[in-house]
Amino acid sequence: MLTKAEVQHIAKLARLGLSEKELEKYRKELSSILDYIEKLKEVDVSGTEPTSHPLKVENITRKDGGKTEARSANSKILLEMAPDKKEGYVKVKQILNQ
Amino acid sequence: MSLTELTISQIKEGLEKKDFSAQEICRSFLKKIKEKNKEVFAFLKVAEEEALLKAKEVDGLISKNREVPLLAGVPLAVKDNMLAEGLGCTAGSKILENYIAPYDATVVKKIKEAGGVILGKTNLDEFAMGSSTENSAFGPTRNPHDVSRVPGGSSGGSAAAVAAEFCPYAFGSDTGGSIRLPSSFCGVVGLKPTYGAVSRYGLIAFASSLDQIGPIARSVEDCRIVFNTIKGKDPLDSTSVEIPEIRNSKFEIRNSKIGIPKEYFVKGIDPEVEKVIKSAVKKYEELGAEIVEVSLPHTDYALAAYYIINPSEASANLARYDGIKYGLSMDGKELIDVYLKTRGEGFGAEVRRRIMIGTYALSAGYYEAYYLRAQKVRTQVIKDFEKAFQKVDAIFCPVSPVLPFKIGEKADDPLSMYLVDVYTVSVNLAGLPALSLPVGFVKELPVGLQIIGKPFEEEKILQIGEVFEKTWKI
Repeated sequence: MLTKAEVQHIAKLARLGLSEKELEKYRKELSSILDYIEKLKEVDVSGTEPTSHPLKVENITRKDGGKTEARSANSKILLEMAPDKKEGYVKVKQILNQ
Repeated sequence: MSLTELTISQIKEGLEKKDFSAQEICRSFLKKIKEKNKEVFAFLKVAEEEALLKAKEVDGLISKNREVPLLAGVPLAVKDNMLAEGLGCTAGSKILENYIAPYDATVVKKIKEAGGVILGKTNLDEFAMGSSTENSAFGPTRNPHDVSRVPGGSSGGSAAAVAAEFCPYAFGSDTGGSIRLPSSFCGVVGLKPTYGAVSRYGLIAFASSLDQIGPIARSVEDCRIVFNTIKGKDPLDSTSVEIPEIRNSKFEIRNSKIGIPKEYFVKGIDPEVEKVIKSAVKKYEELGAEIVEVSLPHTDYALAAYYIINPSEASANLARYDGIKYGLSMDGKELIDVYLKTRGEGFGAEVRRRIMIGTYALSAGYYEAYYLRAQKVRTQVIKDFEKAFQKVDAIFCPVSPVLPFKIGEKADDPLSMYLVDVYTVSVNLAGLPALSLPVGFVKELPVGLQIIGKPFEEEKILQIGEVFEKTWKI
């Protein structure tokens, strides 16, 4: 069973603001899911390579060049979506102390 | 026969013969939506004006006897986690409630080029996380066969829309069964293509090593038409590939071998469902197919591995919803407060659960025990399939161990909801194509047979499905 402090820690890592009541709810639910997942420990995986992707393709590359025209048209639309912006930039709160 | 019952091919034929116009077709579906969407709630948004405009354009071409593209004038619906320029795209989440798609997903672009008439966007479990469409922030979709029951999920809106005759076909996405389960529950045909067969550019990312887009339609032939229109390599999705040409024109059901996994008919399956599936298998046997028992020994572990891999990838993909670039943004004193409030407020319960499970599985000290182990089990699941497919052309099993359940029945027990996916998730772990085909009913509730194929053998499983459709009426 997860402790409340553990759930708090996970929520903080995941950047999810949870109320006291929610912490308790998720503590129970996450614990029961993790208990179920425990069954993976029964599988002998020694000598088995991990699979991250079902396709056997890797390192897809393209020419190192931009699509300037399309990008400038798109960037205007995309910038419009930001809730806070200034002089063509997305604005965020200060992250370093002065 | 009413216009809303027609398949894609029938609509196409009628348009060519000028039995009806594209606008008439479009209007009859819109009328049906107006009458019944309140009850079924398959559509989150109906794009009436845009659809009628497009239909008019197609009629213009037809009246001038110009050649029209393949799907010209045929209406469709798009799951609301795929971008269609100018239309909202919510992913069933409050965090994207006011988000307007700035461009077209590749599948949407292709369908527009083929002349498709987009009727609107369909409901889904929030960010496609769920098996019932109850997790939508905007309310649950209801099963047209019995509105007290769920349509399955997460593409419940798309499957219900086809079943309720709101459209002849719709796009769904499938990460762990999200096309097949609702197709089974709603009695329609759904195809989950091979991983990489269809571009996912413009699909809101959920679990990137599992996600795949596919069609939900009224017939196998319609699924084929749509799949052939949207498949193929796309430079905008580096995981997409060209489908190798497979020469199986000589395929015949009486020379085929069908595998039945012995692990799939043991515990937990509803005996009524089992009966319908077994009788479908028997029918194939009568046509001369050889039924072979195969073994997928890691079946039990596939679901557990899936519920590590899926939330892990989801937790990384959903990190982008931070209240800074787009979507919901809650104000806070410092940047961290903006994140906590925006994400705490914007995400629903199941999405938060998965983000937390994923964050936990990927966090320092747990990565090897959970994520890496799950990836190794994934390898073993793939090997099981490879071994089974040495002996057989396709594998048959149920799509779901249970019938469509009542709305609210599993809502308070997330784990019991996960168990519904037991027959579908291993297909995603292995990246295989699979078809959900309606093969019978238990009272008024439909049951789907799952036909799993080798990678890129969509055509073969479609042909196998078609045999049933053409030989028996259910």
